[in-house]
Amino acid sequence: MPSLWTNCAGIQSPNPFWLASAPPANSGAQVQRAFDAGWGGAVWKTLGQPIQNVSSRFAGHTIGGVRGAGFNNIELITDRPLEVNFREIYETKLKYPKHAVIVSLMVETEEEWKDIIKRSIDAGADGLELNFGCPHGMCERGMGSAVGQEPKVNERITSWVKHYSTVPVLVKLTPNVGDINPHGLAANRGGADGVSLINTIKSIIGLDIDRMVIEPRVGNQSTNGGYCGAAVKPIALHMVAQLAQNPNFGLPISGIGGVTNWRDAVEFILLGSSSVQVCTEVMLKGYRIVEDMIEGLEGYMKTHGFETIDQMVGKAIPNYTHWGDLDLNYETVAKINANTCIGCQACLVACMDGAHQCIHPQAGTRVPRVDESECVGCNLCKIVCPVPDCITMAQVDNGFAPASWNEFLYQGKAIRPKKGVHQ
Amino acid sequence: MAPSSKLAAAAGALPTDRSESVFTDYKPAFTPHQATVEAFRCLYCSDAPCMNACPTHIDVAQFIRKIATGNLHGSARTIFDANILGTSCARVCPVETLCAGACVYNQLGHPAIQIGRLQRYATDWALESGEQFFQAGASTGKRVALIGAGPASLACAHELRRLGHSPTIFEKRKELGGLNTFGVAPHKMKADVSLQEVDWILGIGGIEVRTGVEIGRDVTLEQLEHDFDAVFLGMGLGPDTPMPVPGQDLPGVVGAVAWIEAIKLKKLDLSGVRSVLVIGGGNTALDCVREALTLGIKDVRMVYRGTAAGMPGYQHEWKAAVLAGARAEWQAVPVAFEGQGRVQKAVCAKLDGNKQPTGEKVTLDADLVLLAIGQSKLGAMVAGLAGIAVDKGVVQAGADGATGRKGWFAGGDCKNGGKEVVNAAAEGKAAARGIDQYFRSK
Repeated sequence: MPSLWTNCAGIQSPNPFWLASAPPANSGAQVQRAFDAGWGGAVWKTLGQPIQNVSSRFAGHTIGGVRGAGFNNIELITDRPLEVNFREIYETKLKYPKHAVIVSLMVETEEEWKDIIKRSIDAGADGLELNFGCPHGMCERGMGSAVGQEPKVNERITSWVKHYSTVPVLVKLTPNVGDINPHGLAANRGGADGVSLINTIKSIIGLDIDRMVIEPRVGNQSTNGGYCGAAVKPIALHMVAQLAQNPNFGLPISGIGGVTNWRDAVEFILLGSSSVQVCTEVMLKGYRIVEDMIEGLEGYMKTHGFETIDQMVGKAIPNYTHWGDLDLNYETVAKINANTCIGCQACLVACMDGAHQCIHPQAGTRVPRVDESECVGCNLCKIVCPVPDCITMAQVDNGFAPASWNEFLYQGKAIRPKKGVHQ
Repeated sequence: MAPSSKLAAAAGALPTDRSESVFTDYKPAFTPHQATVEAFRCLYCSDAPCMNACPTHIDVAQFIRKIATGNLHGSARTIFDANILGTSCARVCPVETLCAGACVYNQLGHPAIQIGRLQRYATDWALESGEQFFQAGASTGKRVALIGAGPASLACAHELRRLGHSPTIFEKRKELGGLNTFGVAPHKMKADVSLQEVDWILGIGGIEVRTGVEIGRDVTLEQLEHDFDAVFLGMGLGPDTPMPVPGQDLPGVVGAVAWIEAIKLKKLDLSGVRSVLVIGGGNTALDCVREALTLGIKDVRMVYRGTAAGMPGYQHEWKAAVLAGARAEWQAVPVAFEGQGRVQKAVCAKLDGNKQPTGEKVTLDADLVLLAIGQSKLGAMVAGLAGIAVDKGVVQAGADGATGRKGWFAGGDCKNGGKEVVNAAAEGKAAARGIDQYFRSK
């Protein structure tokens, strides 16, 4: 049986599944129930000067009848007294010594950082996570993403924290930046042991169009929130991979953003995360989802011959390259299986209106025909096809040796003629 | 299901031209895409009503979520951990009145989650993979005799193995599986699937099986008590209850369970049968009605003493039978079977709302009469043992399967009077826990 034992930036846990700093990790009773359900670690809901929250705080993004496909919130950091939080952290660590308890922090002055770090470590924190990511409310007070968006501030506060901390420090990064790299590098220069990303994305999830007010509504007003949930995974994966492939970065990563099940977790790990954090799916379904995550990850590791999480981390990074290095002579065309086609012609209309006009009707049948001489292999037909495996993309041997754009430009390699141009 | 070669071999003992071979699955297997779509529809209820409606308390929400994420191994494990007969239960359970009947979607006016078909999807995968999910516990050296090789004994034996005990199953027939093999309507499950399941359950190892051994004839109860540390009674029910009216011995008047067994295990000659009467209003009667129709007999009629609304059989089964062409003679009971050399007619007395004769008679054509008015109870077999109480042939035992005699336990139809496979599975497992407790307290 493969081992799920996890070491992320020196923070160890029985498995890579951590609760993200958020409502599911708001109290000792919750975190302990989560550990009982199987979670390997928890990043405590951010501690700082306790705040007053608004009502309401959350809004769900329903897409095609699927509730909570995306999610946003305007809740702030902990609203519970610090001493209560520290007592519960202490009790939790006492009962669960092998589980990771990481304390998320957000304060302003160096003095405040020094004080809250000491109290966190005294309470038993296995690590600290610096909340440089919150994109709503706290940033207006000069904290959260206001820090994460300024590499110099990020570096300075990180170095304070490292100075006062005896446990590993993760810097939680905001995705509300044009390029994640300078921010990861700033954390690195500040001495961070690792980073966690992404925090939520600045968002307006939608409106009550009758009242003409943004959701979630606070009376007849609202504000932008932080977007998260399944829908943000593609953005998170990209940012994680950006740092993982940056040779100047080199720190461990705790991946966050749209993890709903073990498959998502595998993706984050293959792109460089050594632990994964989950909030929204737990908010929607409860702690019990971790049972399937553990089994599914174990099953995947067995199937692919991985014995430890470390062996998996970043395995897909070598296959993540620049567009200019992709093989322009690699050619695929769509094949429609006439036996399983149900004749909806979703592929035909998609190709005609949205792609390269190479799927056509045929007399006497509703099964469309692919004009392979014009098919560019774009995938759109396969994406819209409702029948599993009815449309497949077949590789074509066009006789051209592999050649990228860069090789074409700088080495004069031959590239094949264009298709689907309809000149 | 495309079974592994090892499991196919288990079913290889059966002839391929059995009458049941013509049946297709009433609830066919899901394709992967269908299963995924249906699984994602599940609301993943907390303290789920479906789980609580299941006698074996399978964590339905959890196994369905695992199908949705593609974790079939974990899904099957969740099912089998609660109910090792999850493969057959997926096919034969009356989910409409159990788990799916409790699905909260019913309250929303949406179709309930197709829990049986999802369970089949996961368990078929498991049997196909041949994977064993559980290991035998560290040996305790305790030996348990189990009478009968039906679902109750199989569930009990498997759980005993997980607890480290050594079970020996005694079965008077050659084939294992009990009613799962001989008595399940073929549109739900055929005999070969049952035999494959039995083989897979025995795959945990260490369950001894002695077939062709009849208790009382080949081995006495006293001997069992002497040779074993505990005994589990899982012998099910006896032969069909006869109908003591004139003409009952005419050829063509047969017991329903015996007839179902015949179509499941061999090829039955039904040429010359144009009209079938099924006597009774329970689920065995309903099975017979649907089976006769599927075997090509056009005129199939159920004769029941009460009304459609009052029949003990499941309403959803009767609706399906009507769609298949079934008719019924409500509020009637045969008083005589008539015919030259074989049955040709049944004379029935009409009954009133209190099931009393109205004086009116009706004569119905019948080339075949199937008596589905119950099965005899086998409690008499153990009634002679001091301490074991038997009421109307039903062995009396507690929730942990314990009878009044030390070391004697019971479960399944012989204890509950005749219920579903899932009840037998639950009671067999509970009795294994009871036996384990008994060993620990000794």
